Amino acid sequence: MNNWKDSKSVFITTFLPGTVWLTAFFLVPLGFVWVMSFGEKYGIIDIVITWTPNNYLRAVESIYLGIIWKSVWISALVTALCLMVSFPIAFAVSFAKDKWKPILLLIIILPFWINLLIRTYALIAVFRTRGHVNFGLEWLWEKANAGLILIGLGKHQFLGEKFQPLAMLYNDFSVIAGLTYVYIPFIVLPIYAMLERLDRSYIEASLDLGASQIRTLFSIVIPLTLPGIIAGVILVFIPCLGSFVIPDLLGGTNSQMIGNVIERQFKSANDWPFGAALSFLLMYVMFGVLAMRSLLTVRKSEMKV
Amino acid sequence: MASRSNHDLSRRHFLKNTSAIAAGLTFHPFKATAKEEKRLNFYNWDTYIGETTLDDFKSKTGIVTQMDLFADSDELFTKLREGNPGYDVIVPANDYVERMNVAGILMPIDHDKIPNLSNINKLFLDADFDPGRKVSLPYMWGTLGIGYNKGNVSTPINSWKVLYDSDEYSGRISLLSESADVIHMALKYIGHSLNTTNPAHFKQVEELVIAQKQHIKVFAPDNGQDLLASSEVDIAQEWNGDIAQLMTEDDAFTYVVPKEGGLIWQDCLCVPKGAPHPENAHAFINYVFDADVGAEIANSIQYATPNEAARGKLGDDYKLNPAIFPPDEVIAKCESTLYLGEEVQRIIEDTWTRIKAS
Repeated sequence: MNNWKDSKSVFITTFLPGTVWLTAFFLVPLGFVWVMSFGEKYGIIDIVITWTPNNYLRAVESIYLGIIWKSVWISALVTALCLMVSFPIAFAVSFAKDKWKPILLLIIILPFWINLLIRTYALIAVFRTRGHVNFGLEWLWEKANAGLILIGLGKHQFLGEKFQPLAMLYNDFSVIAGLTYVYIPFIVLPIYAMLERLDRSYIEASLDLGASQIRTLFSIVIPLTLPGIIAGVILVFIPCLGSFVIPDLLGGTNSQMIGNVIERQFKSANDWPFGAALSFLLMYVMFGVLAMRSLLTVRKSEMKV
Repeated sequence: MASRSNHDLSRRHFLKNTSAIAAGLTFHPFKATAKEEKRLNFYNWDTYIGETTLDDFKSKTGIVTQMDLFADSDELFTKLREGNPGYDVIVPANDYVERMNVAGILMPIDHDKIPNLSNINKLFLDADFDPGRKVSLPYMWGTLGIGYNKGNVSTPINSWKVLYDSDEYSGRISLLSESADVIHMALKYIGHSLNTTNPAHFKQVEELVIAQKQHIKVFAPDNGQDLLASSEVDIAQEWNGDIAQLMTEDDAFTYVVPKEGGLIWQDCLCVPKGAPHPENAHAFINYVFDADVGAEIANSIQYATPNEAARGKLGDDYKLNPAIFPPDEVIAKCESTLYLGEEVQRIIEDTWTRIKAS
């Protein structure tokens, strides 16, 4: 391989745009936020950087740690649900006939063509008391009840006197369902990419050598697609942790996530330094998750040796 | 540590300088008194202007209005705090007028350029939050109260108790999602002024709302009228105009300001500093204060207009509607919010975070 010094112009044209972009639009703004997190508010709009640690001390108060903990478990649950739903989907797409693959992939990406807010409002119409799910259930209830009356069991009212709609909206259920719905494509695609690269003869060999379907799945397919699974898990978990629109619109009186608290610091609370400190605290949690991931990978490669 | 060098690091200064350069390049704000281009940038709430007002203004004056929308006062404030991005007329609520004025981001309004000011009720030509109306003029006013479905309550609602301190309508009630609104009305229910600065009062509110939370279905982001219309809740804390609009569509619903009193508010027309077209801004405010124009706006948005001449042109179902113009004895029990400083703001936000986290 050529040394990069031999072809400097190629190196510069390839790496310069990305580096400039990353520096100007990511690292520099992030630096501003980091500096701001050590600032203090003076009056209504002035922020003076005094390198005070108070914002961080306030951010690790038990109330905020509690909210972060709640955000972590909601995100973990959403990630697990996404994984359970998307692995079979990715598997099905990958083993579908070649002419169907583009269409199936299109169906998975299609929701991205619609704005997140509109999809979330649509979920409100699906989940609410007078919403589509409850209408469907009510219809089934009426048919079942009519059937019972028909066979002479109507007076026992086995199904209750009246249809009771399910409370699906404005609680943690709707937040978890909404987040899962939104983030599924993020995890299907990396797993699908790994499955496509998987050499099918490994699966055949495993089955030929007498392993059951289940055994083959857990001993061959999942270990070989693990990098895709991990990438998907990270792609879902991290944005979930910072989400605020979905808990705002679908959540009930308890469904406050750390993203909502941070958003309020930049809006109604008008306390940007504290909001910046909370954002960085959240980022450290994410770094922790990523560090755990690389720790696991290192352990694994050591085990192999 | 607040030394000179630290002050130079202040983000606001940095942004102010850069945005001043940007403004100088694009808008030439200092040449404003010369001939202005026929444009106006209007920053307004959604569904808060007559359907044809902006088109009519264009055909009358040739000025093309570009209207952007904000969803809450904080969005408006956040957008303007780092310097005006180019708006000529904005519509802040009374407490934000005060806050923005303290922050020095509003421009004085020249009353001589607004002859239609004579249409406005004298009561609105002075205000505690802006003595002499130097930087703001009244656009609409209203109250915060309770909207409910008459068919689904046992007795007519007349107290905040049903929302804050009762399990009678458990799971069928909604409060607003703005921290200040929920906390201010809880203060009224307990019997304090909503402009209290006493931390003990906020502690009482916190305990009250946390105990009530199990019965509240949702803290609604200003969509109480939709929740009522879709039978998601039967009783909602809402702004009067939202419920008045719903009442024109369905008489099952009604609006009441509870006996403990509510919040009375006023949305104002202001010109932010650095506005690229201040002359057009004055012309626009004068146009909105015209009797016919004001009547068209009031009729389509169903909020109370301070424009007496406009009110006189409308029918009884608007002008005598108690949901829009509450009786004087109700108004007497209402309070308007004052800007009490950043410390109180922080107590309110922290109380709200604890309420939602519990």
